[in-house]
Amino acid sequence: MNAIIEFLIGFFILVGALLSLVAAFGVIRLPDVYTRNHAASKSATLGVMCILLGAFLYFYHLEGHFNSRLILGFVFLFMTSPVAGHLISRAAYHSGVPLWNKSVRDDLKRDMKKASAGNKDDLKKNNKKKALVSK
Amino acid sequence: MLEIIIKLSLLVLAIAMLALIYRVIKGPTTPDRVIALDAVGVNLVAIVALLSIVLKTHAFLEIILLIGIIAFIGTVTFSKYLEKGVIIERERDN
Repeated sequence: MNAIIEFLIGFFILVGALLSLVAAFGVIRLPDVYTRNHAASKSATLGVMCILLGAFLYFYHLEGHFNSRLILGFVFLFMTSPVAGHLISRAAYHSGVPLWNKSVRDDLKRDMKKASAGNKDDLKKNNKKKALVSK
Repeated sequence: MLEIIIKLSLLVLAIAMLALIYRVIKGPTTPDRVIALDAVGVNLVAIVALLSIVLKTHAFLEIILLIGIIAFIGTVTFSKYLEKGVIIERERDN
């Protein structure tokens, strides 16, 4: 039983460290902000969660200490890291950071154009209504 | 065996952090740097967890939660600054 738990701890910690390494290589090698953000926010989160799980198992099994802060940190990272990735990616898009020059689709640009055109139509309608009312 | 694995993982995490710091220094745009710094904070959490295993103490486990919260707040603040130019907006009168 002890050997199995130790194997699990070692497995989780090693997998977590390797996932973090993969995330860092992604951040170095990928071509633009959005792909780098994709690598950093997903892979690093999973890696750190694996390591925290390994540490929790270590303290629980080998030292008999149930540490709730590790679980809390685990849940907190799982909730906040993707949100932070989304926010910074969105800020990058709206502050005009260009996509990779080989990317072929930009749906957000198309939708934003459509939305701004719709707003203009609405404005025209409103102006007509106002004109009618004032007459 | 477990000790060797943990020390190896610490080494791997240190290499990952060096790679991220390379991106912080070189990154062509500001969002690049913010993303890399956020990932550095997340890696720091893992390093604190492994270090507290190596030192056989559970006195440092509060630091994990603290670093997580501070990294999140920093990233949110920076992305708000990049998007709007202000961090805390004034209230409107009307």
